Amino acid sequence: MGDANPSGEQAGMEFLHYFGGVFEPVALLLLLGGTIGGLILGATPGLSPTMAVALLIPFTFHLSATQGLILLGAAYTSTVAGGAVSAILLNIPGAPANIATALDGNEMARKGQGARALQLSFLASGVGGVIGVLLLIFLTPVLAQWALKFGPSHLFWIAILGVTVIGSLDSKSFVKGLLSGCIGLWLSMIGYDEILGTERFIFTDALTGGIHIIPALIGLFAIPQVMEMFSKGRSTANVNAISVPKYSLSQSIKELLDSIRSLSIGTVVGSVIGLIPGVGGQISGLVAYDQARKFSPMREKFGTGHAEGIIAAESANNAMVGPSLIPLLTLSIPGSPTAAVLLGGLLIHGIFPGSDIFDKHPQVVWTFINSMLIGQILMVIFGIYTAAWAARIAKAPAPIMAAGVLVLAVFGSYSVQQSMGDVHIMLVLGIGMFLLEKFGFSAAPLVLGLILGPLAGDYFTNGSMIAAAQNGPWVYFFTGGLNILLISLVSLSIGYSFWNNMLQKRDPVPEKAGQEPGQ
Amino acid sequence: MNMTRFQHLIPAGIIFVLSAIVTWLSFTEEPAESFLFPRAISVFFIALAAWNLVRAASGLSRVGEGMSSSVMKNVFPGLLVMIVFVFWAAKGLGFYLASSLSFLAIYSLYDPAPWSSPKAWIKRVMITAAFMAVVYGLFTLVLQVRTPRGLFF
Repeated sequence: MGDANPSGEQAGMEFLHYFGGVFEPVALLLLLGGTIGGLILGATPGLSPTMAVALLIPFTFHLSATQGLILLGAAYTSTVAGGAVSAILLNIPGAPANIATALDGNEMARKGQGARALQLSFLASGVGGVIGVLLLIFLTPVLAQWALKFGPSHLFWIAILGVTVIGSLDSKSFVKGLLSGCIGLWLSMIGYDEILGTERFIFTDALTGGIHIIPALIGLFAIPQVMEMFSKGRSTANVNAISVPKYSLSQSIKELLDSIRSLSIGTVVGSVIGLIPGVGGQISGLVAYDQARKFSPMREKFGTGHAEGIIAAESANNAMVGPSLIPLLTLSIPGSPTAAVLLGGLLIHGIFPGSDIFDKHPQVVWTFINSMLIGQILMVIFGIYTAAWAARIAKAPAPIMAAGVLVLAVFGSYSVQQSMGDVHIMLVLGIGMFLLEKFGFSAAPLVLGLILGPLAGDYFTNGSMIAAAQNGPWVYFFTGGLNILLISLVSLSIGYSFWNNMLQKRDPVPEKAGQEPGQ
Repeated sequence: MNMTRFQHLIPAGIIFVLSAIVTWLSFTEEPAESFLFPRAISVFFIALAAWNLVRAASGLSRVGEGMSSSVMKNVFPGLLVMIVFVFWAAKGLGFYLASSLSFLAIYSLYDPAPWSSPKAWIKRVMITAAFMAVVYGLFTLVLQVRTPRGLFF
């Protein structure tokens, strides 16, 4: 076993071989903890899944790579599904991915059918999620085999593609999205150049070691949310959860099976969108909801508490999770901002995604993928039975959440290298990001620049050395079929975003209240 | 020039200056081989920053709601607590004492319950103590993180 880049068929055998790893006591405990914790964090308005995963990374530092990834994977899966709880019961989407769920879910809950809405939401999430992870199992090795053909110039363009795609898609302004990516790339260059061993952009002693990825992730995702809570002041506004009377689970299962069209639309849309680097869960729920409504004979019922709306939106949200990790594991391009944070988690454990990931770390990767499959099932079980309870915890007052997240951010950043310098960097980046977000900049492309910067830099330097020995950099980086294809994709992502930006200016889409950046 | 346009001009200007410094350093620092990648990136960085500055100056940069005076007023006390906590108190007083005081300060500053109510204060202190006990258990006992002790704990 541990075959270098198995084909899709071999992958089926490989993943079964490593299945036992998920059921080791510590792994199982982490999976359970990550799932329950993720459900609660996901259900808490104001705490985005990206931030939840970023705050968890310091804890994985003390675990083995496999255990750490199991915890992060479980949290990723269940925070996405947990966001539906607050969308349904509080009408506040836990994450942008859950906006579509709130449209019918909250209406259904208001009619006294909160339990039905929650059950449909978790069942659909489970079906979509399992299919998404199966795609991850069978497509990742195939893509990894294809990625074997890549040289430094191709890998450089892929890293740039990752920054431009997420930079142009996860921002309201494409100039600001790309600028955020550039700031991230610059931040990643601070410190020592690992290949040539020279200092770059070290303005103060605190920056000698460069910017460590974990304090940066925590600062960029957690501190702006803390400050956003500050910005509401001493708010007396209280969110009231709707009571959840019991509902027959078998009835919900039957309803799910009767809504096979919406379930299929949600799963297919979520899987395809998850595969596209950078798009992520932000839009999968809304696109699936829209498509399910278009194909439904009862389209006028959408928005009035219709089961098909919840099923399409939630199956898409979780179907996206697995495929979003395919470009991450094989090409280092995350499918969503949360996957970008997961990439940081992989890197700190010394696991560099790429074509040889199944060759070098078969046990870690397959156990992680398997844990996501089991995690989907646990998420459905715990989600259905603990959702109402999670919603009660999610009602914790904002001042407690703000103070708690700040303390956890400080301890989490400090614990990585036991360095106050990291805590200072975390806070400075966080305050800066809050101010930038107020002016339309986005954390996701900045983080991606920060994570992909060292990889892009190394590929660029290696490529330049090869180019110097061959026909020069122009020929090496800009010619050849694969280079041209990748450059075209970079141009396409920028061009699409520019076009989309122009369309949005012409027909502005009203923003939904309660939306948080960066899923 | 209206307030929104002026506000957008400030970050655009700061980012442009930053990009200019990065570009200048990338093209002047030695050895040149070490700055090849920064040079390639800085060209795009300064071009985008200049574009953003021009858009902000001409009032075309409208994405982002900016900072209203009420937001600044609300954020300021919490921001001050965070800065004092991270840049002075954590090392000066000790990590746990500073964290407890910061938690209590932020909770009290933004808690809608009246400051004159003894019941509210008891609740705040109890929640702070409970939260810090969990943090202590997690970081010191489980993860064995050694935090700066400062004057106290």
